[in-house]
Amino acid sequence: MNAMPIGRARNAVALFAMLMLIWIMLEGSVAIDVLLVGAVASALVTFVQRDGLPIVTEARFTREAAIAAVEYVGYFLKELVKSNLHIAAVVATPSLPVRPGIVKVHTRLKSRTARVLLANSITLTPGTLTVEIEGEWLWVHWVTMEAADPEEATQQIVAGFEHYLEAIYG
Amino acid sequence: MTSLLAVLGGLLLVAGASFLLLGGLGLVRMPDVYNRIQAGTKATTLGTLLTLAGVACLHPGWTMKLLLIGLFLLFTNPLSSQVLARAAHRSKVAPTAATEVDLLDETKGDGA
Repeated sequence: MNAMPIGRARNAVALFAMLMLIWIMLEGSVAIDVLLVGAVASALVTFVQRDGLPIVTEARFTREAAIAAVEYVGYFLKELVKSNLHIAAVVATPSLPVRPGIVKVHTRLKSRTARVLLANSITLTPGTLTVEIEGEWLWVHWVTMEAADPEEATQQIVAGFEHYLEAIYG
Repeated sequence: MTSLLAVLGGLLLVAGASFLLLGGLGLVRMPDVYNRIQAGTKATTLGTLLTLAGVACLHPGWTMKLLLIGLFLLFTNPLSSQVLARAAHRSKVAPTAATEVDLLDETKGDGA
């Protein structure tokens, strides 16, 4: 149970901080009574969920990881906008230029959370939709398929996000 | 200053609504369930985010709550799309004839 007391304390603190932040954002106020109620509620949830949330606990707590996280968000938003313009262009073109296919890609990421984030990111980026995950393989539906070869598809779909997620989750 | 924010908010709302419209158009025009999910997921995500940003400009006091809604949306939207696509594929919903390859089908065929 107490194999990693420091790690567990760190996880609990991180979870508590995250819950408090969400609470303050929801309340939109930092009055003392609001903070007090939030602290009690957050402490209760932290106590119940003692092992913390994987999205936080599996992350590395280093400066590099924090920088990569910020870069990841920026890259993600850029890809999200590109993705929408891409789909919008396809939909608005009278000939509907789709070239669909389900391709197989590979990830180097080991952390389960990182894989989930990768799958979600792929779904929200240009023309790709994660259909199935099994171990280190992901099957991705691609509206305008550019490469059927797993190596090439991995390079085009996965590499961008993997670079950042690897720095965050290792 | 206030009117500037109001104009920006209005523009963002129009942009968000446009993407949502295109997403709806995509749902009708796309040839099969997988492509429809693609159109639905992407357009609604950015469309809704832009709409939320527009509302934040018009009601600055709501910004934090809107930000939270946006975050939850970013986590849940792709997840539900992925599960829908997986369920469709597992229950053998055939992709459109225009589909060039289905490596998932082949892999599962080789395996168990």
